Parts: sequence; structure tokens; C-alpha cells
Amino acid sequence: MDVIEVDGLSKRYGTTLAVDAISFTVPAGATVGLLGGNGAGKTTTIAMLLGLLVPSEGRIRVLGYDMARNRFAALARMNFSSPYVSLPHRLTVTENLRVYGHLYNVAGIERRIRALAAELDLEALLDRPAGQLSAGQKTRVALAKSLINRPELLLLDEPTASLDPDTGDLVRGWLERYRAESGCTILLASHNMSEVERLCSHVLMLKRGRIVDAGSPQQLLERYGRDDLVEVFLDIARNRGRVLDEAAA
Amino acid sequence: MPASPRIGAGGRRIWGLMYRHLALYRGSWPRLLELAYWPVLQMLIWGFTASYLASRSGTTVMLAGGTLLGAVLLWEVALRSQMGVAISFLEELWSRNLGHVFVSPLRPWEMVAALIGMSVIRMLTGVLPAILLAWLLYAFNLFSLGPIVVLFFANLMIMGWWVSFGVVSLILRHGAGAEALAWSVLFGLTPFSAVFYPVAVLPAVLRPVALALPSAHVFEGMRAALRDGTIRWDHMAWALGLNVVWMAAATLLFARQFHAARVRGALLSIGE
Repeated sequence: MDVIEVDGLSKRYGTTLAVDAISFTVPAGATVGLLGGNGAGKTTTIAMLLGLLVPSEGRIRVLGYDMARNRFAALARMNFSSPYVSLPHRLTVTENLRVYGHLYNVAGIERRIRALAAELDLEALLDRPAGQLSAGQKTRVALAKSLINRPELLLLDEPTASLDPDTGDLVRGWLERYRAESGCTILLASHNMSEVERLCSHVLMLKRGRIVDAGSPQQLLERYGRDDLVEVFLDIARNRGRVLDEAAA
Repeated sequence: MPASPRIGAGGRRIWGLMYRHLALYRGSWPRLLELAYWPVLQMLIWGFTASYLASRSGTTVMLAGGTLLGAVLLWEVALRSQMGVAISFLEELWSRNLGHVFVSPLRPWEMVAALIGMSVIRMLTGVLPAILLAWLLYAFNLFSLGPIVVLFFANLMIMGWWVSFGVVSLILRHGAGAEALAWSVLFGLTPFSAVFYPVAVLPAVLRPVALALPSAHVFEGMRAALRDGTIRWDHMAWALGLNVVWMAAATLLFARQFHAARVRGALLSIGE
């Protein structure tokens, strides 16, 4: 079963085409990376998947629900994390998680908060205001918020941006374990090639709003004859990539 | 894993957003103080003014003093209700939390219900101390007007809500640049609301404007109750009818601006 089905999705702001007729699917249990430079359309695509943004054209089905008609049913079973969206700074970590426990109608909120705190090493932070945490601590709290409802689909927008290598590695390791244990599907937008290479079973390469290539990290490396995804990324950024539709034709 | 459906998922989501704001107040005494500060200050200023005038003049001025205190208290109901909704929404915007709220299963009408719930709490926290002070210092008991006070409160609260939905709609349309309206917009309606004087005092050209506002009818009703001890049901009916019309218009505006914000992508960058 495909958890995400995107068909002919476009987003236009005036004369600017931010996302240009992309189509893709994400199967259940997969971790798929959206990889591309600034302005490639990653965040716009994720915003449309979350219902924050209305597409100009195309259709999105998430967990079997048409997002144009029934987005709230899907939103209850998914979650989202981004370093660019904050949690209320004056509320403590516990209060923040409690708020989202209610918003996602989670049973046994306190038990769930304790479990997440233990898993993400947040126990010492629970009574501290979210605004007083370091970037790494905030990322772990944001991750706890995104897992409060045990989502079947997790959308992550650059989850390790601005983290030091050690904390970034911890977060990536935790995501790997969580996906393996829960069977959760993850769609991950990132600039970080090593992160994508490590976490993702499939990668969608975006450029100027279009999917210009796709495949497993290994397939992409072989296709471009490169040793790592950074070089593949640079090949694509410097116009040596292919557009999937054209390649198929 | 959903919780028991007995409470109702919608009810829990509304409570979740209200809890977010209540937790904010619990941890911040300046915020709590701010709720009551202005209504109490207004009451003190106008209360002493009314006392001074009453001591220098006869019963007519005493009655005017009572009318003044009633007007100050009731107008604060509208002001605090309006700010209760608008500032609760702005708190989400300032904390850059709207992205998380809008991708949760919280429906827009549930968000509106939570903001209204917070508005009621904020209004009561702000206005009740002022009412108590008016009774203690000036022996003015607003509730001596009888059960009609409930209708005065209700109509002014509803007016505060639809004004604030207009403000929130403007914030959705124009971003944080429109946030100053959260404090100022209802003050702009004060001259037309006939808070401190009858509608008849206004120039003929402005009277239709005043009579299109529920507040003008509430204050005409308040003056009749204080002056003659009569209940002007005609004014109450007008106030309620106008509130229904204005609330419908504000709800439509909010729904349209919310959808337009989703089309423009403004929900991603509204705090900027």
C-alpha cells in the first residue's frame, strides 16, 4: 500500500512555478528523501502534503484520504517536525507535549510523555521552558512532539539542520530505530546528503520544482558514476541531471 | 492511539488549545496582572470623577455618575472579549507555533471555539475585579440592574468576538503588520457606540452608523434601565439581530481569509 500518492502536483505563486507537475508515491514503511537545493520545492511539497498549502493543480492522497476533501482524518494519523516551526517558548516541555497530546487526542498523555522522555533522553528537561533549551534539545523536543500520536506517517523538514554532528548523528540513529520498530513511513526533506544516504531507501531529486531523478541512493550513485550523493547533487545542480519524464520518453 | 470517544475528540482539541494559553498565564504573573490592570485603572479614573461630580451637584449628576460607571464596566466587557480572541491568536503567531497548530487535526472552527473560550476567561479575569472595585469604592453594583445585565454582557461579548474575527482575518491577509488593530480597532468604534452619551447626541448623519452597531443598543438599554428601571426589549432585539448579522459576515470573512492564506502559503510565513 502507498501511504502517499501524489499525482501531477503543482504550486504556482503568480508567475512563479514553485512545484511543477510532480508525481510520486511513497510505500508504507519506506523512508523517502526529498533532496534538492534552496528553492527546489521541498518545503512547498511538504506544506501541500500537510494541507498547509492548497495546490494549484494535482491530487494528493495520504493514508488513503484525499487531502483536498478529508485532510483532518489524515492529519490525525501523521505528524510533522521542522526546526523552522517553534513550540511556545514559555511553556515547559511537559506542557508543550501535553498540548499536542490533546490536539492529537492521545490516550494516556502523561504515560506517553514519560515514555518519549525516556526514549529521547528528555527527562531532565521536562520542567524547563522550551525557550531555554539548546538547539539540540529543542530538536529532540520537536521530535517528541512529532511522535506524540505514534504517527503512521512522519514528515520531517531538515530535521538535523543547525545541529552539531554528534547531536545530528543521535537524531538520525533514533529515527532509524523508530522506523524499524514502528514501521512508520517517513518523508524527509534535507540538504544533508549523508543523512539522506544513511536514512533513505529511496530519493527524489528536486530541482526548480521538478523531480529530475529518483532511485535508491545506490542506484543514483551508480547512475552518475559517483562515490557519494554530494557529487550526484552537484551533477544535478549543474545541469547534468535528467528529468524523469524526459528520460522515460 | 486515540483517547476515549466519551470526551469527544473535538472537545479535547479545543481544551488542548485553551490549555496552551492557560499554561502561559499560570507561568506569567505580568500577563495575569495585565488582564485586570486596564479595566481597574479605568474604573478608578471614572469612579473618582463620578464621585467628585456627585459631591458637587445633585441627584441628576449622581445618576449620570452611575451611568458613567456602568458604561465603563460594560464597554470593558466588549474590549476584553475582543482582545481575548485577537491576542490569543497573536500569541500563536508570536511564538511561531501556527505551523504546528494548523497541521494538527484541529479544525478551524475548533480553533475559533478555543479562542472564544479564552476570551471569556480573559474577560471575566479582567472585568470582575473592576466590578468588585466599583461596588467597594463607589457603592455601584452593576448587577443591581437585574438579569438584563446578562444580556448586556452577552451582546457585548459577541460583538467583541466578531470584531476580533475581523482583526484575525486582517492578520491572515496582511500578516503581523495588522497586529496593532488587535488593540485599537474597538476603540475606534467607541464614538459610534454611544457608550457615554445617547445616540441622539450624535449628528444625524452618524446616527445610522451608531444604530448599526449592537453596542449602541446595549448602552441605550443600560441607560433606560438605570434611569427609569425599564427594560428596553426593542434595543435588546436589535442588538441580538445585529450581532447575528455581523457575526455571520465576520465568520464568512474569516473562512475566506483562512482559505486564501492556505492558497498563498501565508500560514508558513505569517509571523514574518
